[in-house]
Amino acid sequence: MQRRAFLKILGLIPLIPYSSNLAFAAAPAGNYRNLLVLLELKGGNDGLNTVIPYSDSEYYSLRPRIAIPRDHVLQLDGVTGLHPSLQAMMPLWQGGEMAVIQGVGYPEPNLSHFRSIEIWETASSSKDYLPEGWLSRVFDAYPPPQSFAADGIVVGSQELGPMGGGNTRAVVLSNTEQFLRQSKEAGDMAGSVPNAALAHVLKVESDIRQAASNITVNFPFKTEFPKSQLSNALKTAAQVVAGNAGIAVVKVTHNGFDTHSNQIGTQARLLKEMAEGLVAFKSALTELNRWDSTLIMSYAEFGRRPKENASGGTDHGTANAHFMLGGRVKGGLYGTRPQLAQLEGGNLSYGLDFRSLYATAIEKWWGGSASRILGGRFSSLDVLKA
Amino acid sequence: MRWLVLTVFLLISSVAGAAGMGYDEARHLLNRTGFSASESEVQEYARLTRQQAVTKLLDGVRLEAQTPVPDSIGEGFQLSRLKDKTEEERKALLKEAVLQGINLRAWWYQEMLDTPSPLTEKMTLFWHNHFVSSQQKVKSPVLMYQQNVLLRKYALGNFGDLLHAISIDPAMIIYLDNVSNRKNQPNENFAREVMELFTLGEGGYSEQDVKEAARAFTGWSLDRDSGQFRNYLRLHDDGIKVVLGQSGRFDGDAVLDILLAQPRTAELITRKLWLEFISPIPDPLEVKRLAGVFRSSGYDIKALMRALLTSDAFYAKQNRATLVKSPVEFIIGTLQQFDIQPENMRPFLFVGRSLGQDVFGPPNVKGWPGGDSWINSNTLLIRKQFLERLMRDQEMRKESRAQLKAQNRNFMRGQQRLTAMYFDSDVWMAQFNDTDMQRQDQAERLLLAATPVNKLQPFNNNLEFIRQLVLDPAYQIK
Repeated sequence: MQRRAFLKILGLIPLIPYSSNLAFAAAPAGNYRNLLVLLELKGGNDGLNTVIPYSDSEYYSLRPRIAIPRDHVLQLDGVTGLHPSLQAMMPLWQGGEMAVIQGVGYPEPNLSHFRSIEIWETASSSKDYLPEGWLSRVFDAYPPPQSFAADGIVVGSQELGPMGGGNTRAVVLSNTEQFLRQSKEAGDMAGSVPNAALAHVLKVESDIRQAASNITVNFPFKTEFPKSQLSNALKTAAQVVAGNAGIAVVKVTHNGFDTHSNQIGTQARLLKEMAEGLVAFKSALTELNRWDSTLIMSYAEFGRRPKENASGGTDHGTANAHFMLGGRVKGGLYGTRPQLAQLEGGNLSYGLDFRSLYATAIEKWWGGSASRILGGRFSSLDVLKA
Repeated sequence: MRWLVLTVFLLISSVAGAAGMGYDEARHLLNRTGFSASESEVQEYARLTRQQAVTKLLDGVRLEAQTPVPDSIGEGFQLSRLKDKTEEERKALLKEAVLQGINLRAWWYQEMLDTPSPLTEKMTLFWHNHFVSSQQKVKSPVLMYQQNVLLRKYALGNFGDLLHAISIDPAMIIYLDNVSNRKNQPNENFAREVMELFTLGEGGYSEQDVKEAARAFTGWSLDRDSGQFRNYLRLHDDGIKVVLGQSGRFDGDAVLDILLAQPRTAELITRKLWLEFISPIPDPLEVKRLAGVFRSSGYDIKALMRALLTSDAFYAKQNRATLVKSPVEFIIGTLQQFDIQPENMRPFLFVGRSLGQDVFGPPNVKGWPGGDSWINSNTLLIRKQFLERLMRDQEMRKESRAQLKAQNRNFMRGQQRLTAMYFDSDVWMAQFNDTDMQRQDQAERLLLAATPVNKLQPFNNNLEFIRQLVLDPAYQIK
C-alpha cells in the first residue's frame, strides 16, 4: 500500500495536506537526494578535549591531569587544534571538507542525559516538551518520496530519536543481511485497520517491507572498513545508501562517551574509531558517487565540564564542539571559541544555539523552511557550497 | 421471613439477570489483568458477572512471591563492601552485582510465569514503572529485590502507604540521590520527581515548591554499612517551609501528606492505570469519576481497580485490542499460553532486553514510555523470530543435533537455549472440544484480541495453524 494512502486510512493525515505549504510544495522541496547523516556521540563527548584551545593556559590549569599536551595537539590554527586520535580526519580538514563548530548549546541547559537528549532530539527549548522529533516534523511538512526505501534508518541504537513520535518511516537495523533475512517475517497484508495499535504494527511491517525490497544485500565496496562497532554501523549505512532507492536520513550512534573516570584512554579510543570510521565511510560514499550529496553532522546531549574531576574524568557539562563533514561542506572553524576564563557555575556558556545546525540542514541542505519546524528563527550557518 | 424471601429473590435475580459476562468479556478481562488465559479459565469466568469476576480476581491477590529467592541475593552485595576497596576489588564486586542482577531478573520472570496471582505481578510491574529505580544506578541487587518485595506487598494496597514506604526505600533513596540530601546542600532530585512523576504531574507545582520540599526531605538517608534507612536529624533542615501554599516545619512525611491531599495525585495515578489497563486514550470525565472513587476510598488501590475493571469503559468494544503487549507480557504470556516450562529463564531476560524492557533496568526515571513505542522494525522482527523459534521447536527436535547447532550459531545469544523447550501443539489444541473446524475458531478466539489481519494459508498440522495465528500482527496487541 502506498504510504500516503495508508496514512489516510489511519486518519493520520488530513485529506488536504499541508495547504499552508503549497507554495513550498511547488518548489523543489525536500531535496532528499541530499543525504543527512546524524552521528550521535552518546553519553556527551568531551568537546574540550576533542577541539582543543591549546593556546589557552586556562585549559591546562583546569585539566592538570587530562589536558592533551600542546605538542600532541593537531593544530588547525594558532589557537585551536584537534585530539591526536583524530589524525585520520586531517585530510578532510586539509581538503576543506570539515567544519568544526564550537560553543554549541542552548539556554538553561539540562544536565540529565535523558532530558537533554530529548531537548536535542525534539529541538525544543529547555522548558518545553514536544511529542515529536525534529526530523519527524520536517518529514511531516516535506514528505520524502514514497519510492524511498525509508525516510530514515537508525543504526547502532534502538532509539528513533529525532525521527520518533510521528509518521516517519524509520527503520531500525544493525546489519543489512540479517535485516533482509528476518524481514521475510513481515507480512504482506492489505487488510483493513481496525485500531491504532494494530495500525502501528501494520505500519512497521510495511516500513520493513518497503525498506527490505530496496536494500542491496551486498554492494561490493572496495573500501575496507576498520573493525569497530561504529564502523560496522557505518558500513551498514553505506549498504543502505548503495541500495539506491533513496534514503533521507541515517542516524548512527557511537556509544560510550560518558567519561566520568579515566577519560584519557577511553576517549582516545572512541575518537580514533570515529575518525577512522568516518574516513572509511567517506571512501565508500565516494565509490557510490554520493560524497558530494552527503552531509554528516555530529550531536550529543551535552559537552563536559571544563574542570576535570577527582577520578581523571569529566562530569556533565554544557556547550560542546561538533563537526559537519561532506563533499559540499565549506571547511573551517565556526561558532564561538570556549571562554574558559568566564565560566558560568563552572560550565561553558554557549555561543551558538544547536537549532542553528538543524536550520542549516533544513534550509541550506534540503531547501525547506525551518522556522515553523523549529518553533522560532535560528539563523543557519554559511557552511555549505551551492 | 421477609428477609429470606428477599434474599432468595436477590439470588435468583442475580443468577437470572446475570447469565455471566460471556466469553469475549472474560477473555478480555483475563488477558488485561494477567499474561494469558487458557480456554478453561475463560470458560469459567464467562459464567460470572463482571462484579463476580473482578471480586474473584481481587480476592485472590497475593502479597508475596512464591518463587524462592536465589541464595546469592540473600547474602548479596552490600554498599559498605565498596568502601576502602581497590579499583580491582571494586570491579570484581560490581561484576558480581551484575551476575546477581541477572539472577534477580530471572527470579521475577519465573514468578510472573508461575504465579497464581498474575494481577499482583502486573501491578508490581506497573509500580516498578511508576516508582522507578534501576539496578544500573542502585548497583545493589539486594536493595532492588527489597524494593520489589515492597512494591508487591502494596501493589493492591493503599497508595498513601505505598508512597510513604517507597520514599524511605533504600533503593529509591540511592536512585534519586536522597543519600546526599543535607541541610546545607539540599539535593532536589527526589523532591522534584516525587511531585512531577509520583503524585502531581508536571504543572502541579512550582520550582519553589521543589526547593522547599527538598528541604523537608533533608536528613532522609541510609546507613552505609547496613543499607538501612536512617533519618539523620542533624542533617535535617527543621525551618519553616512553604509547599503548595501551606507552611510549617514540615518533614518528609508531612510533605507527602500534602501531595496526597491534592486531587491531581489521584487523577495522575488513575490516568496511568487507564493507559495500562483500558486504552491509549483516557476519557477525561471517566478518569475524574474513577479518581473520585480512589480518593474517597482513602487511596485504596483495590477499590480503584474494582471500579476500573467493572467500568463500561473497560469492556467497551472500541477499547478492546487497543494496547500493544509489552515485551514482558509478550514473552511471559506466550510461554504461559503454550505451557512451555523452560529450565532456565535467563535466555528470556535477554529477549526482553532486546525488545526494550529490561526489568530492574528501566531507561530513566520516567520509566518505559510503552504503548506503540514498544514496536519498531527491529523489535517487531525480534518478536517474530522469537515466535518462529518456539513454533519450530517441535520440528527441530526431530533434526539431528549437528544441524541444530549449525542453525543456532546464527541466532541471537538470548535465544540459543530455546531449543531445549517443547511445545506440543496437539496437546494444546486438545483443550478445545468439538470438531476440527470449531477447534480452529476457538483457538483463534482465545489467542487473538482482534480479527487476524492475514488470511489463513493452507496448513498440514496444528503447529502450522497456530504458527500462522501467533505470527499475525493481531497477536501483538491485547
